[in-house]
Amino acid sequence: MATKTGMEVSVAIGEAVKLANADVVAAYPITPQTHIVEHLAELVADGELDAAYVPVESEHSAMSACVGAAAVGARAFTATAGQGLELMHEVLYVASSMRLPIVMTVANRALSAPLSVWGDHSDAMAVRDTGWIQIFTENGQEVIDNVLCAFRIGEDRRVLLPVMIHLDGFHLSHTIEPMTFPDQSEVDKFLPPNDYPLPLDPNKPVTMGDFGPPFIYSETKWAQEVNLRAAKKVVLEVWKEFGDAFGRYYSPVECYRCEDSRVLLLTMGSFSETAMTAIDKMKSEGKDVGLMHLRLWRPFPFEETRQILKDVDVLIVLDRALSFGGPGGPVCSEIKAALYQMDKKPKIVGFVGGLGGRDISPAGFEDIVRQGIEISKKGSSREFEIFGVRE
Amino acid sequence: MAKPETELTWKDIEIGCIVTEPGNASQYRTGYWRSQKPIFDLEKCIKCGLCYIYCPEGCIRQNTEGKFEPDMYYCKGCGICATECPKDVITMVEEEE
Repeated sequence: MATKTGMEVSVAIGEAVKLANADVVAAYPITPQTHIVEHLAELVADGELDAAYVPVESEHSAMSACVGAAAVGARAFTATAGQGLELMHEVLYVASSMRLPIVMTVANRALSAPLSVWGDHSDAMAVRDTGWIQIFTENGQEVIDNVLCAFRIGEDRRVLLPVMIHLDGFHLSHTIEPMTFPDQSEVDKFLPPNDYPLPLDPNKPVTMGDFGPPFIYSETKWAQEVNLRAAKKVVLEVWKEFGDAFGRYYSPVECYRCEDSRVLLLTMGSFSETAMTAIDKMKSEGKDVGLMHLRLWRPFPFEETRQILKDVDVLIVLDRALSFGGPGGPVCSEIKAALYQMDKKPKIVGFVGGLGGRDISPAGFEDIVRQGIEISKKGSSREFEIFGVRE
Repeated sequence: MAKPETELTWKDIEIGCIVTEPGNASQYRTGYWRSQKPIFDLEKCIKCGLCYIYCPEGCIRQNTEGKFEPDMYYCKGCGICATECPKDVITMVEEEE
């Protein structure tokens, strides 16, 4: 029987990784690290999880150790946040390009300077193009469910890619929430042992991450790209299977009260739940506005996005990261690109807000929607709007 | 292998371009990188082996007389052997192709 319990989300992730029976956990245990790996260290030390815990000297090494572990076919996990994710940046490409199904949770945080350990999506957006499957989660339950799904997705022979689970720093990572944990036997049924097809093995030697001269590099990269796009099918299958087994279903893009709404607000991560409160209030006042919540960030859900937005007049996108000197928030510019070829498309107004731990309240979301509708009518001389900055 | 490496399509390569044939780097002709080549005057060679020890490519071997000679398939023409040889056996000259 599944058990429902209240727990800090970071600690719950540790429990989920234990349920997933990870073989290797490599992590650098200092700020901006979270309780995720602290709890895993306890679980390993207490003999509750039979895994090698590698306390490395940096995040660069943490990801490198995971690459090595995954290369021999071990189930590898790590967690990081903010600056730590930046430090492992180059190895993220190695993990995805060598097609190693590592799972990593990222408690999304702002980037220095000024020094900030608080939440936003700057760290996530900086690793957008690293070739990992990336899922943004909304609440604690969704995080632990997706940690279990991530191993299944990444280790699937049709995928063989690393998976990054994003959760908002502090707003999720340090919040105590009620969550339902499946039994070990249920998880074992859902998640079979990792069976990497070409592991490092002295009896059958292979070379990984070798020299790739110009005659083979493009072919390798294209194969990787085709594979990441095709992984969406497996993501959908695994989410369906997870839903059938545990009763909680996930989709790449979720609509909240957006049926027939001509105006939609788009958010990612935990802020979507706050936005829902605002949507409820606005709906009760007779306002025509719904919420689109983007969950699957890579591979990007083009078809689902176009389907939802085909009859929408105004789309207001909230980004929690800046693309300095660029066309607006990274999410907004991707949505614009996804819709550009459509004959009929909504007017899109981009906002950037919630940077470095700045909260956006339900009243704040109402304000964003009000301003967004106004700008959609009048137009704006700016590429995007910044929300909540003191003038 | 059915196809030469240069003709492999993206569908032919292993996941992550994993090499399943160990040691195939020996087929890679690093000698193509050379802009200068070492000329060995073996009359002067005292068989000390310093060139063999210092060669970063590991392409210098002893011949049947016990003197040292490079394998030009791999020699990159770095000139370290010429610098280290105590008897000036080795002279670097321009490749003329």
